[in-house]
Amino acid sequence: MDNYMLLEIPAKSQNESFARVAVAAFAAQADPTLDEIADIKTAVSEAVTNAIIHGYENESGKIVINAVLKENRLELTIVDYGTGIEDIELARQPLYTSKPELERSGMGFTIMENFMDEFEVVSAPGEGTTVKMAKVFKSSKKGCS
Amino acid sequence: MDVTLKTAGKTLVVRMKGELDHHAADSLRGKIDERIHNGQVVNVLFNFQAVNFMDSSGLGMLLGRYKQVKEKGGRVFACSLPPAVGRLFEISGLAGRIPVFDSEQEALKGA
Repeated sequence: MDNYMLLEIPAKSQNESFARVAVAAFAAQADPTLDEIADIKTAVSEAVTNAIIHGYENESGKIVINAVLKENRLELTIVDYGTGIEDIELARQPLYTSKPELERSGMGFTIMENFMDEFEVVSAPGEGTTVKMAKVFKSSKKGCS
Repeated sequence: MDVTLKTAGKTLVVRMKGELDHHAADSLRGKIDERIHNGQVVNVLFNFQAVNFMDSSGLGMLLGRYKQVKEKGGRVFACSLPPAVGRLFEISGLAGRIPVFDSEQEALKGA
């Protein structure tokens, strides 16, 4: 049976841990492997950290996380209403960062793309950023029922 | 994240416990830089044995320390990497810059 969760949090770095654990706990009902759970936690952490650092540039704002479970498939949408991204292609390049002074590694999008099965960024300057990701739990029994 | 800082000769040993994300990396950075700047240590060894989560913010913090320490003629190395952390080292190319050892003891032998 399909299931969903909706989470709204202020853009504070203390909430990065809460966000990834909340999504992981929700996804656990689909019987993912420990590796799959670790992948989801990392991807969520990257998206939420991006929203805080780049979307809101460490100012206040809200982040909305929507997770949908369809049998063994998890769909995630992580939204901020911050500054948005001017050049998405450039931002997605491995090791590219717009904030080298903050010691960002430039690996956030690359990690999300690597760790999830589907990955998409929708953004425009002044209009915030939406990250859409999906992961299929390969060994999940839920998919066979 | 809990952090224990220990000095072994001219090497600062950073034992981390918990989750190394953006929130944790910001405070850890300050603690390490203080030791580097006051000249107590030349090299930095990161022990990942008790790290159960890391993301790209951890990579950024490591890369930042690598650059600082290298400028002063020191070395940064790492030990006891859990598989998930090792995977991030590989994806980011950090593995080519920061030598990785199986244990703290082994890492310090080469320091």
